[in-house]
Amino acid sequence: MNLMAAVEVMRTSPLSGVFVTLLAYKLAVLFNRRCKGHPLSNPVLIGVLLLLGWLLATGTSYRDYMKGGVMVQMLLGPATVALAVPLYGNLSRLKRAAGPLAITIVFGGLLGIISAVGIGWLLQLPQQVLLSLTTRAVTTPIAMSVSQGVGGIPELSAMFVILSGIFGAVIVKPLFSLLGMGDDMVLGTATGISAHGIGTARVFQLSETAGAFAGLAMGLNGVVTAILVPLLAPLLH
Amino acid sequence: MIETLLWLVGYQLAGELISRSFSLPLPGPVLGMLLLFCTLAARKSVPDSMKLNVPRFLSHLSLLFIPAGAAVLAYRDLLAGFGWQLLVVLAASTTLTLLLPGLLLKLLLARHRHKEEA
Repeated sequence: MNLMAAVEVMRTSPLSGVFVTLLAYKLAVLFNRRCKGHPLSNPVLIGVLLLLGWLLATGTSYRDYMKGGVMVQMLLGPATVALAVPLYGNLSRLKRAAGPLAITIVFGGLLGIISAVGIGWLLQLPQQVLLSLTTRAVTTPIAMSVSQGVGGIPELSAMFVILSGIFGAVIVKPLFSLLGMGDDMVLGTATGISAHGIGTARVFQLSETAGAFAGLAMGLNGVVTAILVPLLAPLLH
Repeated sequence: MIETLLWLVGYQLAGELISRSFSLPLPGPVLGMLLLFCTLAARKSVPDSMKLNVPRFLSHLSLLFIPAGAAVLAYRDLLAGFGWQLLVVLAASTTLTLLLPGLLLKLLLARHRHKEEA
């Protein structure tokens, strides 16, 4: 029996990348249930930690893992499209609140850029990092292309997006409960603006309406940010 | 299931095509979502297959973000280089951007309802 060959298969076969991702997710969901849905037991957070543990323990590089990981990630596209269905289910609420929603999303888009860059500037982060922070609040594909366009580092932007998304998903429920802001539409919209897809996945667990509005706010905030960042970025040069 | 996938993948492809042809700033999937939403609004109903499968699919949305999270491994040096400042920026900006738009929308909705009732 060739043990080395077996280990090599586990490291580099795309199938093992898919399997490990599914397994990490399954365990994270079980853990989340065991913790009665505690915000810190967020399935993305726990799933990523389990996966990182596995990759480090087996010495698998991110590139090798992604041969399989990319197959899971590829489903993000169709999942984003699918957000149209719950949104359509909320059509009458959406119509009634169209004005307030539009104002909130434009304000939120601007705030997402200014708050990240402003605080980063106060903490004296270098210019290229500030440019990569401009897209912190939007979904990864928009963040990477916009960041590249203004001279940021796309990979760094993607990391900022993911870390913010996980942080937002963890705090949103306790934060809004503390302030007595329980309305599904408000919760969902704020989450979509600040914590994009990862936040959207979180609020879907709370209610389908919150998830639907999070999906809408994520998409529209992406549009607002993609328009505003190239206009505002020259101020940093 | 197949019918659902045809809808979703089809609209994503349409989104990609339009986005690339007109060099729009939105990625294909986001445009696909907006297009599908318009289609559903125009036909005034959701096809049975999607009514059944989409909620099941979306209940596992978290799974799809796990591979991207693992990229921390590849960029750990880059991230560690800026350490605590980055954590402060990301945490503070995320919290502010949750809070202020949330409060604004709550305020606007209350005024809006008030006006409708008046």
